[in-house]
Amino acid sequence: MIRRIGYADKELVKTKFPSEEILVRPKAIIECYQEIPCNPCETSCPFQAITIGEDINHTPVIDYSLCTGCGMCVYSCPGLAIMVAQIKDKRAYFKIPYELLPIPQIGETWHAINRKGEILCDCRIEQVMQSKKTDRTVVITASVPQEYLYDFVTVRKRP
Amino acid sequence: MRERDLIIVGGGPAGLSAAKIALESGLSVTLIERAHDLGGQLVKQTHKFFGSKSEYAKTRGIDIAKILIADLEAYSSKLEIYQDTTVLAMYPDHVLTAIQGRNYMKWKAKAIIIATGASEKFLAFENNDIPGIYGAGAIQTLMNQYGIMPGSEVVMVGSGNIGLIVSYQLIQAGVKVKAVLEASDHIGGYLVHASKLVRLGVPIKTNTTVKRAYGTTKIERIDTVRLDPQWQEVEGSEESIDCDALCISVGLSPLHQLLSMSGCEMIYINELGGLVPKKNEQYETTMPRVFACGDVTGIEEASSAMVEGKLAGLMASYSLGYEHPQFETLKAETLHQLQNLRQGPCGIKIRQGLEKAGEAL
Repeated sequence: MIRRIGYADKELVKTKFPSEEILVRPKAIIECYQEIPCNPCETSCPFQAITIGEDINHTPVIDYSLCTGCGMCVYSCPGLAIMVAQIKDKRAYFKIPYELLPIPQIGETWHAINRKGEILCDCRIEQVMQSKKTDRTVVITASVPQEYLYDFVTVRKRP
Repeated sequence: MRERDLIIVGGGPAGLSAAKIALESGLSVTLIERAHDLGGQLVKQTHKFFGSKSEYAKTRGIDIAKILIADLEAYSSKLEIYQDTTVLAMYPDHVLTAIQGRNYMKWKAKAIIIATGASEKFLAFENNDIPGIYGAGAIQTLMNQYGIMPGSEVVMVGSGNIGLIVSYQLIQAGVKVKAVLEASDHIGGYLVHASKLVRLGVPIKTNTTVKRAYGTTKIERIDTVRLDPQWQEVEGSEESIDCDALCISVGLSPLHQLLSMSGCEMIYINELGGLVPKKNEQYETTMPRVFACGDVTGIEEASSAMVEGKLAGLMASYSLGYEHPQFETLKAETLHQLQNLRQGPCGIKIRQGLEKAGEAL
């Protein structure tokens, strides 16, 4: 199915999420569904929370007891397939990689977008992080109502 | 006629990697590149690379090109580089002729590495010669190398990694990608690339291809058609899409001509993209001390091309009696890297191709 439509459905997405109790702290969500030769997530994690192993084709396995949600894997993944999620005060907070112009600004309201490219709701731009280390990938923190925890994937500028 | 230890034809990821190793081994090297810039396709790859650290994973292709070029700077006394120079012929006695502008040149080399890369395949359909119909490489050159927008509304044909990545880069440049068409029943490239496009609102239409293009002075519209599992057109399934550019990304074939003309034994292997040279474990073709690496030996990712380049550089140096100071270590490391890149499900085509060519992984 995913090889035909190009995105993961909600069932599949949920398999990549830890329980909502764990998400009271920020944790990396790794949406790597295909064995491809790639391991920057493993080598970029300062806490050894992500394991791929000797065969770099294996999909990553994350140890949530070690993940601090620092977000270094978010801009290191060449597939833009990692985000950090956290639940706080009935809202879901995400750190996502973003590589388009214009760059969102803190405090702005943008559209929240699902994996199919559809508009979910409005979202708040909470933080914008860009440095030499992120190498022209911007890490955006955005928040949406908690009900969209398993739907939200990116932001889009409102017309 | 100038004499050199080693001549490398092609200054892309394979050729540049080979040059570094050969220079480290002590050879005098001439590197010949047809384009104006060194780096091959890397100079248009604005995305972060896959692979592992040793193949510069998570570094953007444009920056990998800079690293590979900078790696050669320390050896300027032993290295000559000819850019804007097209090799015209290779002869069995290791003579190479080339042209740079109106300047005709001739070399004789003790060893030669052919790292010419690949060229794009094209697609037969009605009106496929209207202006505004590009190969994906041309779109990337215009857009990422020269900063020129190829159009404002583009349809992409082909969902391999190049088609998906170029679609994403078009969106980054502010171009609307109206659809990605894929003739087979599934997406060809990495799913992560496809997901990036779908979330940006780009429909990926599988079992669909381009039927004809419309327009007089430039493309204005295309008709698509659905294909059944036997790749036959489904009657009555045609749909129109307005666009001012169409990008064709339906695969690559090795640029084998120099090897073919000089008499190297060639084999046609579909899985490797077409005609490839028969070569032994030392990356040597059937012509003694003529080596080949990168896409000219079979279509793969740039990561593999860099690793193959290192191996060919090692072997070419060794064949001339110049053993690299870390020959054994590097050989073991690079072979291991290649195996690692190829051993997953995405490497099945290349593994089958190499097996047909009589080469073990």
